[in-house]
Amino acid sequence: MGGYILRRLISAIPVLLGITMIVFLIMAMIPGDPATAILGAYATPENVERLNRYLGLDQPLLQQYLIWLGNLLQGDFGRSFALNRPVLDEVLERFSATLILAGTAFVLCSLLGILAGVVSAARQYGLADKTITFAVIVGISVPSFFLGMMMILFFAVQLRWLPVSGMYSIWGGGDLPDLIRHLTMPALALSVVATGVIARLTRGAMLEVLRQDFIRTARAKGLHERRVIWGHALRAAMVSVIPVLGIQAGFVLSGAVYIEMVFQWPGIGRMLVDAILKRDILLVQGGVVFVAACYVGFNIVVDVAQHLLDPRIRA
Amino acid sequence: MRLFLQLLFRNRLAGFGAVVLGVIVVLAVLTPILPLHPPNETNTANRFLRPLSEGHWLGTDHLGRDLMSRLMWGTRLSLAVGFAAALFAGLAGAAIGVLAGYFGGRIDNVTMRGIDMLMAFPYILLALAIVAVLGPGLMNALIAVAVVNIPFFARNIRGVTAGIVHREFVDAARLSGMGNARILWSEVLPNVVPVIVIAMSTTIGWMILETAGLSFLGLGSQPPQADLGSMLGEARSALITAPHTSIVPGAMILLIVMSVNLLGDGVRDALDPRLRSGAPSRPEATTRVERATAPEATESGLLRLDRLETQFRIGKRVYRAVNGVSLNLSPGECVGLIGESGSGKSVTALSVMGLVASPPGVITGGAVRLDGQDLIGAPYEMLRALRGRRVAYIFQDPLSTLHPLYRIGDQLAEAITAHQPVGRAAARARAVRLLEDVRIPNPAARARAFPHELSGGMRQRVGIAMALANDPDIIIADEPTTALDVTVQAQVLALLDELRRSRGLAILFITHDFGVVSQLCDRVAVMYGGRVVEEGPTTDLLAAPAHPYTRRLIACVPELGGGRRRLAAIPGLPPAVDDLPPGCAFAPRCERAQDACRAGEIALAGKVRKVRCLFPETTP
Ligand code: SF4
Repeated sequence: MGGYILRRLISAIPVLLGITMIVFLIMAMIPGDPATAILGAYATPENVERLNRYLGLDQPLLQQYLIWLGNLLQGDFGRSFALNRPVLDEVLERFSATLILAGTAFVLCSLLGILAGVVSAARQYGLADKTITFAVIVGISVPSFFLGMMMILFFAVQLRWLPVSGMYSIWGGGDLPDLIRHLTMPALALSVVATGVIARLTRGAMLEVLRQDFIRTARAKGLHERRVIWGHALRAAMVSVIPVLGIQAGFVLSGAVYIEMVFQWPGIGRMLVDAILKRDILLVQGGVVFVAACYVGFNIVVDVAQHLLDPRIRA
Repeated sequence: MRLFLQLLFRNRLAGFGAVVLGVIVVLAVLTPILPLHPPNETNTANRFLRPLSEGHWLGTDHLGRDLMSRLMWGTRLSLAVGFAAALFAGLAGAAIGVLAGYFGGRIDNVTMRGIDMLMAFPYILLALAIVAVLGPGLMNALIAVAVVNIPFFARNIRGVTAGIVHREFVDAARLSGMGNARILWSEVLPNVVPVIVIAMSTTIGWMILETAGLSFLGLGSQPPQADLGSMLGEARSALITAPHTSIVPGAMILLIVMSVNLLGDGVRDALDPRLRSGAPSRPEATTRVERATAPEATESGLLRLDRLETQFRIGKRVYRAVNGVSLNLSPGECVGLIGESGSGKSVTALSVMGLVASPPGVITGGAVRLDGQDLIGAPYEMLRALRGRRVAYIFQDPLSTLHPLYRIGDQLAEAITAHQPVGRAAARARAVRLLEDVRIPNPAARARAFPHELSGGMRQRVGIAMALANDPDIIIADEPTTALDVTVQAQVLALLDELRRSRGLAILFITHDFGVVSQLCDRVAVMYGGRVVEEGPTTDLLAAPAHPYTRRLIACVPELGGGRRRLAAIPGLPPAVDDLPPGCAFAPRCERAQDACRAGEIALAGKVRKVRCLFPETTP
């Protein structure tokens, strides 16, 4: 097992390098003088001069990349000129807010999606199945930002159950219950699409598994149908569900950008959009590289989970 | 094409999606000639008019612009951008995929590495990075969304192409001297197009959503031009005071994306050959029963099958797999049930405990009595309590019948705890003893193994151990040795025989091999076309088969226990059980057949030796 994790970690190195390369190349395509573009409205001739030297922009592309990469590896993501603080500090702060939001949504969509998928398969063509199938069709088609806005209208404005937006109350907030109250709506809105996708896939995988011979064996043993479905069948279906969870995590992380806009959540998605609109290029670059690297790490976790679950690939 | 449309509209939801989307597209196309207010005409006196206001059906927005008009123009723009992005991503992705798949080798390697890298990003990061470079704007948002989706298409289509390249018709084209370009155009492309269409139809909705999303963030269309996303984005600040300005464009996005998705699912189902026959059905916990009345109980015994009938209903066709089978099993007795595949012997065996897959299986008549108690139509909980407890099964191929992801010790322990109130540890210990009972060496260690780590013979011993777990009275063994090679087969049979004698088990042994029957069984019943055609004590029946079919079956066995010789030596095919001829089912293959054989029902005659034949080989 340890060996596998190690191998998987090593294999991530070229992927991470590739990511930095792609981000670097995209950013290198900015038309005109990069230093001016980066500094934007804050550009003074001295600043432009200093930045050019700092980024090695007077040197060939490869050298520029290596300098930049070297800086990244030392934890130096540059400085946001719009915010006047180190990029990494800002990114870390914002990313932790996103992690709370996206993490909660991910747990929600995994649990709800699998639950709905299993129930749907177990009651194929029954009322529960039809209801869930219909909900899934609507769920995967609804724009999460629109859903979020409707939730605000209903739960925050109409019913006044939950706060409209933000992460903590301005007055007297800041504790866990306060966070949960603020988190409920955005996390739900963010999880809906992924829940639908996971439910649909789980249903398919379960239907496939339920026709297998080992399910008949489990029934022939006299196991309770509950145990057959939630134990034997689900365990086998998870083999094809887990990789999809990994993919959906990427979608949840992506969708967080919209949800953060709608609910004024101080996460990294909103930071990126603001940075783009202000043309704070170094902040965009740093944020993208950082989040992408975290996602690669998460996918390793998913692969390891898959490995633990399926003894056949372990062999 | 007609077939395609038929399939598409058979799916009602897809039809619904097609109609809704059709209406929206037509309206969007006609927008310039519809009698609408100019979409950008502001009128600050009429800000935030409610829907159904005079002259403004859907009301007005924060600048007093007519929402109806803006909605139609916005829809037009969103649709155009979404379709364009899908087309762009689809074509570019397909081009990359086809080239990589067709040429393979280095080109393939390098491209796919690149694609993998791109897929390592959560898609929106890439889109944001692209917009960051190009600057906000609708065209740039379109490019970003398209580029982000190229890897998905490229990878899909590369896989399909690589699969086609090694097929005969491509080789043939190459041998006939066609150039790469010609082959790609005339051989590869036609096979790839359906895949492209499927991939595009399932992603268009997504693309529309994504471009709308970027516009919502303010990175797409810039004012005064507005697609649905930016309408929603602009309306957000007035969400609470004038919710209709948000709801109108938002609902439209939902409607479009939903109809596109429904249609896309329909297209995929219609084009994907695997899905044509309909979605797979899940077998229910017990076989369905549709029985008018149970036959009168005759004398009681341990297990009595009485005129059992089981059918498979697939579409409009009815396959009578088991057609009035009666069979008797006494304590400690071993009865063989023998026949070709398709004769109904396995279905008979599975019907006993309601394990025939339903749908499509339905038990339509007869009774199965265990100690005089009818099991057909018995409540689920009663059947469950008997399964494995009093009647246990051993199945054919233990690699597919054991759960691949559970350790065998756990699978055994579970069989015990399903029926007996013992703790986990005790059940584990019992499981190890069971493995020992079936002569598995080093049982404690093997209990921790997964099925794929054992040999075929060992796996079947596990299967037997599992059947023994609750000391059942009856074991139904469905071809338990067929998947094994000859020596292992002999060992497993010897084990079964020994266990039967030491524990007084009754065994119903399903097989197609007379050699196996002769080693193990006291009595034997021969099945053909869903019926028992001959029955009797094994030695008598082997010495003097009465039914022509039995005789031929025995003649096929080269030597007793000789292994997996199939019944290919009998000319003709076993009958299709949805289309049984009247009279004797064996008549088309029988040398002794006469007109009388085809005339009508033939009874199973005799007391101890029974035979269903008008002109038997010997008179028993
Ligand atoms: S009934 Fe006639 S056709 Fe059927 S097996 Fe006997 S002889 Fe052959």
